[in-house]
Amino acid sequence: MTTTAAEQIVRAPREVIRSSRRRAKTRAEVWRWIAIVVVSLVFLFPLMWMLISAFKTSLDITDPGAMFTFEPTLRNFENVLGRENFLPFIWNSLVVGVVSTGIALVVGVPAAYAMTRFHMNRSSGMLLVARIIPGVSLLVPWYFVFSRMGLVGGYTPLVISHMFVTLPLIAWIMLSFFEGIPAELEEAGRVDGLTNIGVFARIALPLAVPGIATASILAFIFSWNNFLFALVLSGEATRTLPVAIFNFIAYSSIDWGGLMAASVIITLPVMIMALFTQKYIVSGLTAGATKG
Amino acid sequence: MSVMTTEGSRTRGAGPPGPLSAWANRHIKWVFTVPALAFTAVMVLFPVIYTVVLSVTDARGSIQRDFSFIGAGNFVEMFTDFPRFWPAVGRTFLFTGGAVLVELVLGLGIALLLRKPFRGQGAVRVVILMPLVATPVAVAMMWLLIFEPTIGFANEFLGWFGISGLGWISDPGQALPTLMFVDIWQWTPMVALILLAGLSTLPEEPEEAAVVDGANAWQRLIHVTLPMLLPAIVAAVLLRSIDALKTFDLLYATKGRGGGSLHEAETLNILAYSLSFEYNDYGMASAVLVVFFLIIVLFSWLLFRISKVGSQQ
Repeated sequence: MTTTAAEQIVRAPREVIRSSRRRAKTRAEVWRWIAIVVVSLVFLFPLMWMLISAFKTSLDITDPGAMFTFEPTLRNFENVLGRENFLPFIWNSLVVGVVSTGIALVVGVPAAYAMTRFHMNRSSGMLLVARIIPGVSLLVPWYFVFSRMGLVGGYTPLVISHMFVTLPLIAWIMLSFFEGIPAELEEAGRVDGLTNIGVFARIALPLAVPGIATASILAFIFSWNNFLFALVLSGEATRTLPVAIFNFIAYSSIDWGGLMAASVIITLPVMIMALFTQKYIVSGLTAGATKG
Repeated sequence: MSVMTTEGSRTRGAGPPGPLSAWANRHIKWVFTVPALAFTAVMVLFPVIYTVVLSVTDARGSIQRDFSFIGAGNFVEMFTDFPRFWPAVGRTFLFTGGAVLVELVLGLGIALLLRKPFRGQGAVRVVILMPLVATPVAVAMMWLLIFEPTIGFANEFLGWFGISGLGWISDPGQALPTLMFVDIWQWTPMVALILLAGLSTLPEEPEEAAVVDGANAWQRLIHVTLPMLLPAIVAAVLLRSIDALKTFDLLYATKGRGGGSLHEAETLNILAYSLSFEYNDYGMASAVLVVFFLIIVLFSWLLFRISKVGSQQ
């Protein structure tokens, strides 16, 4: 025991300070956790409410006593898929989404590659216009041209208008992706005698597959969610899901159970897709904005 | 090695490149980019020119019918004698300004909250991602049920605290604030995720230096973190403002054409749609759209300038 009395006096308060600091730290941690839980609940609860309501009968939806305790039923989903015949609308959304994403990939991926390699800032900036311009302003002229060509009501105007959404998105995501591929790899390919197109097809493209996958899923989600273009340009037979959902709102009353079941059917696929691409989704959603 | 040789022989086996592919190879820069650029240009340029032309005509009823040049007539009428125009301008700015401001504050809070790693961080990120990808029309319908005055959860929730229910979306006076709330719910995560990405790229030294200098958490946030985060903040505000100005799905799905019986949720976007596809008044609709364009362009330009000034500091 070499500690002096003086040292012992000093040590005691120090330990007190340390433990009170630790307590303050845990208290801050508790508050942080409470905040995290509240934030999560705020964003999750409404979606959960939509899901729960989709499994309720009309009676249970109107009954505050049956808010959380009710007999789940699949009748709403049967109605949506059976009586309201939603399958063709799902098919329409799928066709428009897949085709507009597919064509946009064929056009957009090479464009993004060339814009990255040749530093075509002005050209890539031009694609930003599609992000900024209000869709409403394009619809009258588009409708005019498409109806002149006798295309309104078919898939063509829908695919073309949705390509206006998917193409710039894919191009912007791929721009940042190609920027990440080292130029040395392409140089090596050139030394081995590959042509410009060969370098793109055999070196850049295979390396860009993960980026292409993300871009495709995001583009498909955007096409799937799009409402405005299909509202004007789709016909009876080509109506997409977001437009078809209005079937549940009659003049007199709303079939809430059916409406929520339809909402779940629309939302679930894109949410599952987003789960797989969540790492890249922010860069995709903000494509263009952060590059100036 | 064997892979290399087969690759090589396959190229040779294809024979000398044809004149077309040789030409494409030489001009790869334009061969690759022209289709995308041409598509975008055609889809935008023709409509924009057409809109500007229509705005100075009396085009009505059908676009295919003849219409004549009337000069600034539509604009004069819109500014002086069209009762739905100025309120729509006001609502557009109120909706955008209010929603984006709240989204920025809450998004910053959430970004700071999630900044330090914690157990379950991935799960929370997924949760705040969900509103972003959810189909806007379905989201609108979901909130329509929650805010339904008699059967909705919102009033039930207020009832637990003894607060009497509100009319929410169905009440003309409360519709716009309620819809701003929905916009805030759906898009705050976007702001949070952009700022979170911005925070993750910041260097740690200035913050540590501030700790050494004895700055408290609040001082560090105001004087160290926020100035460095400015480019990300401007990006988030720019992106959200452009989208909020153009909000259509939410307003149309909940309030219908014209933004409700008293046009209580009618913004410039909804007004232009209503004039085009409800009244077939293409001349007036185009005049509204020209003003709308100018607002969006001016706004984007302003924010770009601010971001430039910010990044020069």
